[in-house]
Amino acid sequence: MIRSLQRFGHAGLSVCAKFGWAGLFLVSALVGRPNVVLGFKLLVKQLYSVGVFSLIIIVVSGLFIGMVLGLQGYSILVDFGAESALGTMVSLTLLRELGPVVAALLFAGRAGSALTAEIGLMKATEQLSSLEMMGVDPLRRIIAPRFWAGQISLPILAIIFSVVAIYGSYMVGVQWLGVSEGAFWGNMRAAVDFREDTLNGIIKSVVFGAVITWIAVYQGYVAEPTSEGIGRATTRTVVHSSLAILGLDFLLTAVMFGEV
Amino acid sequence: MTEQSDILIKIRDLSFFREARPIFDGVNLDIPRGKITGIMGPSGTGKTTLLRLIGGQLRPNTGTVEVDGRNIPTLSRDQLYHVRERMGMLFQSAALFTDIDVFENVAFPLREHTDLSDSMIHDLVLMKLEAVGLRGARRLMPHELSGGMARRVALARAIALDPDFIMYDEPFAGQDPIAMGILVKLIRLLNDALNMTSIIVSHDIDETLGVADYVYVIANNKVIGHGTPDAIRADESPRVKQFIRGLPDGLVPFHYPAEPLEDDFL
Amino acid sequence: MRNKKIVEVGVGFFMIVGLIAFALLALQVSGLTHITPQKTYELTAQFGDIGSLKRRAAVAVAGVQIGQVKAITLNKEYYTAIVTMEIDANINNLPIDSAASIKTRGILGDNYISIALGFDDAFLRDGDEIEETYQALILEDLIGQFVAGQISKTGGE
Repeated sequence: MIRSLQRFGHAGLSVCAKFGWAGLFLVSALVGRPNVVLGFKLLVKQLYSVGVFSLIIIVVSGLFIGMVLGLQGYSILVDFGAESALGTMVSLTLLRELGPVVAALLFAGRAGSALTAEIGLMKATEQLSSLEMMGVDPLRRIIAPRFWAGQISLPILAIIFSVVAIYGSYMVGVQWLGVSEGAFWGNMRAAVDFREDTLNGIIKSVVFGAVITWIAVYQGYVAEPTSEGIGRATTRTVVHSSLAILGLDFLLTAVMFGEV
Repeated sequence: MTEQSDILIKIRDLSFFREARPIFDGVNLDIPRGKITGIMGPSGTGKTTLLRLIGGQLRPNTGTVEVDGRNIPTLSRDQLYHVRERMGMLFQSAALFTDIDVFENVAFPLREHTDLSDSMIHDLVLMKLEAVGLRGARRLMPHELSGGMARRVALARAIALDPDFIMYDEPFAGQDPIAMGILVKLIRLLNDALNMTSIIVSHDIDETLGVADYVYVIANNKVIGHGTPDAIRADESPRVKQFIRGLPDGLVPFHYPAEPLEDDFL
Repeated sequence: MRNKKIVEVGVGFFMIVGLIAFALLALQVSGLTHITPQKTYELTAQFGDIGSLKRRAAVAVAGVQIGQVKAITLNKEYYTAIVTMEIDANINNLPIDSAASIKTRGILGDNYISIALGFDDAFLRDGDEIEETYQALILEDLIGQFVAGQISKTGGE
């Protein structure tokens, strides 16, 4: 009895310690005199590999999810003669939940795992060590620009995702199934509040962006420098990020949309 | 200029433990300035760990590691990064940055630590590449290089800032005899031409004894012998002899410490 | 160098697509026409029953939205609902004898407040109350009354 309690306590403590390390790690990467010119160049490079490379998967997935929402939403709403609410339903679903969450899940799979693998490999091939020995702090040089790039990219990707998906449902709902165009956009505009729906959705993706890239760079940095270790770290990034996204999404939703 | 002592790196009573396992236990080492010092020992005796202790990537449990009079373990993070600009290190895996070409790899420390103009950097990089014989390979990417070439590029990068001393981590491991010969020649050449101090960590006995001015042999967490290459070759201490002659078993045991054989099989 | 150009063009493209998407969300989807909060003034009205009127419901004249419901509170003395509305400051010529009624968009739609204009020359000002109100038509009550009427009719014969 005491033994299992002790084991439980030990597990709790080690989880706390891990969070502490990960937090310290992030703080020491981000705090400090930034080199503006160099930092900007590095950031642009990372934005390219983190953001631009994720663009295609985000646009394609957004389009299909929007089209499916249009199709399903129509077939449900038409039973109540309420197909004019299609725009409202689709846009609120996307802006509040699907946009930030699905974009974040895709981002964790596409960019997060790549970040972990890249940093893990840099560690395995002693590139991080050699940076240190050259008197260059790998936390600021390697970790910080990647973190910021992820942090900036995800909200942009989530916005693009939502917009593409809304146009996807517009294509299916209005062009194909014949919902009135005025009703589609008009009801959407009447129902969507910029601050409460759009901005809250963006805030969600900002939080997700921070969490995913944090997990990704940390897992890469602490990965065991073997091919097996990097593989495991990459998996951990995807699993931990996905769980964190879904859990945080519930919390954020409860805070943002809880009182009605 | 204050008068410089002949000893660049002075290690005293160094102890280092991984978990509870001792790696070093009371090691004393002196690295003379301007010379090539070889540190030899069987694999797994923490030779690379020693380099990391000198570079400040690891902190010893006890003891001092003085580089040019400054005790590395007590330096702050910023001071440490500053001191490291005076160190060069050649990693076993070369550790080139895989996303930039040979030229940019060598230019990296220059761009990072100096405000030199592009044309100055261009000239300096080509000089360093010329020194290792790879000026023509400047536009190749690291994955296009052979192991030996990658190591030479890494060497050019390590000397880009004209460091006070350079540490070679197993420079000969996994190289064919020709590449080995080139490296031996380069190490000697660079050491003398640039007036550097070199530390070679290796278990390749012939190459290390051939190039080094002074040699330490490490085994069982301790320095078991030191002297000039000739003295080491002639050393009659059984442990040094075992290592130098390559005898499979002796005082440096063939077996990793274990329970008596019977206990494991019964 | 060419590689660098591709990177920069790519990132520029990414940023611009992001900005366009954001603008579409703000204008096309959210119907945001003013970036800064619009100038508004407040009116109140008391209703016997507001049905399912919610915060942010529309306030309209002749079907055109001119503002929205800001707050709904209960008048503890008379047990009526006090609805506070924000009206666009440009619409500053609502006669003081205008009437507010709660209506439903379609059969299943949400509630909104419709303002029927009066004829007075004086106009409503910030903080004024619309005196004349018509409470929400509750569909269930109507059906209940209708059914009860049918029953009493048949019972009377």
